[in-house]
Amino acid sequence: MDFIRPTSLAEALRAKAEVPEAVPIAGGTDVMVELNFDRRRPPALLDLNAVGEIAKWSEVDGRIRLGAAVPYVRVIDELGDRLPGLAMAARTVGSPQIRNRGTVGGNLAAASPAGDSHPPLLASDAVVEVASVRGTRTIPITEFYLGVKRSALEPDELITAVLLPPADGPQQFSKVGTRNAMVIAVCSFAVALHPASGTVGTGLGSAAPTPRRAPEAEDYIAGELSALWQSPAPLADSVLRRFGELVGAAAQPIDDVRGSAAYRRHALAVLARRTLGWAWHDYCEGRVTACA
Amino acid sequence: MRVKFTVNGEERTADDVWEGESLLYVLRERLGLPGAKNACEQGECGSCTVYLDDTPVCACLVAAGQVQDREVRTVEGLGSEEELDPVQQAFIERGAVQCGFCTPGLIVAAHDLIRRNPCPKDAEIREALAGNLCRCTGYEKIIDAVHTAAAHSRGEATS
Ligand SMILES: Cc1cc2nc3c(=O)[nH]c(=O)nc-3n(C[C@H](O)[C@H](O)[C@H](O)COP(=O)(O)OP(=O)(O)OC[C@H]3O[C@@H](n4cnc5c(N)ncnc54)[C@H](O)[C@@H]3O)c2cc1C
Ligand code: FES
Ligand code: FES
Repeated sequence: MDFIRPTSLAEALRAKAEVPEAVPIAGGTDVMVELNFDRRRPPALLDLNAVGEIAKWSEVDGRIRLGAAVPYVRVIDELGDRLPGLAMAARTVGSPQIRNRGTVGGNLAAASPAGDSHPPLLASDAVVEVASVRGTRTIPITEFYLGVKRSALEPDELITAVLLPPADGPQQFSKVGTRNAMVIAVCSFAVALHPASGTVGTGLGSAAPTPRRAPEAEDYIAGELSALWQSPAPLADSVLRRFGELVGAAAQPIDDVRGSAAYRRHALAVLARRTLGWAWHDYCEGRVTACA
Repeated sequence: MRVKFTVNGEERTADDVWEGESLLYVLRERLGLPGAKNACEQGECGSCTVYLDDTPVCACLVAAGQVQDREVRTVEGLGSEEELDPVQQAFIERGAVQCGFCTPGLIVAAHDLIRRNPCPKDAEIREALAGNLCRCTGYEKIIDAVHTAAAHSRGEATS
């Protein structure tokens, strides 16, 4: 096995082009488990820890450009106000030790349907920036996930960043598991209110072969809210429930050791109802006078 | 391959390191530092917790080559036999050690918490130690020990 340690993005991309089978390693929280348990013996590891370009975030043209190798702890500490949905999801990942190392880029590349970054990235219409020696391209998040642990990333490409708008309204994330820490989601859900465009974004995790949105639920709730953005009022329980049902209907879950398909569908409906309720409540609170 | 890094303030070199090897293996098997424990090798138990550049991490999930030219601090580097770190002292005082297997990882995690938060509340302690499993103590004594260590670190006497 080789251990390749580039110190710049250009060098990393050259290495990936020369040895496309080289396995990138960022936080190592997925890769090292596979190595420790003999599940993977790649010809080379491509260490991204010394590639400074992908380990920082910035604001570019009104969007946050979050470097692929920024660990969760920094998303939580530094971007909680601008990317509240992603930060909430990040807070639920593993444990402090895992959040100190694990990255959104690693979560994306692993493309597990249960990855916690995916629902908030979907709800915020994120764009994945990938690069190779051939150049840089961007992939809309809905086109990034191709199947269980499969993504649109080409063998010679690295994920360099994810681009997403700072929150323009309340966001929420919720996940079902057996305890608060160290839990792979049985299912998860993210919602983002976009008052500026009058739309609502959703993201479902552990609910289908790939993370996905619930377009019908989004259309339904955008219709219900259209008259309320300017003069917010509490949402009827029937509206919240209908939204939950439509989210549950968008799922295509499986039975596995963590939960049955029927349970997942039900739990997603509950998560959707509650998170929308919380987010809408926050929106109303921001407009206290109109929403007594 | 050869990996050179600083461990507990000393520059160390490990030779013949397999490229897929973990930092934990290098510390325990090549550098004679058995403080960090090997229990799960999958990030679940926290018994291998060490500082990497001042951040607590699971040494089993760091590839050896990733620490080249960086700084690692293990439980061995926190106190000395003559003078224990307040966290180590508090674990003894409060009976927070039974079999001791989880202890080194918990000491490092607790040490980091107290540095960042000199007056941690119960909930904050539980959150900070959520990645460290203990199968013996039931955690109550560990939480007591962290309160005691925090008080010692603030220079307060405890009963
Ligand atoms: C104990 C434990 C608990 C966990 N809990 C959770 C949890 O609650 N929620 C959750 O979602 N995940 C969890 N995980 C999984 C893991 O921590 C996350 O998927 C994390 O985001 C992976 O990031 P990383 O940087 O550590 O990835 P790595 O292990 O370094 O890499 C993961 C994959 O991505 C590839 N890769 C990494 N960076 C890039 C890049 N820039 N370009 C291209 N490919 C890249 C690697 O080759 C590999 O295939 C847990 C893992 C452990 C060990
Ligand atoms: S041995 Fe590293 S977390 Fe268990
Ligand atoms: S004292 Fe035995 S595992 Fe904690």
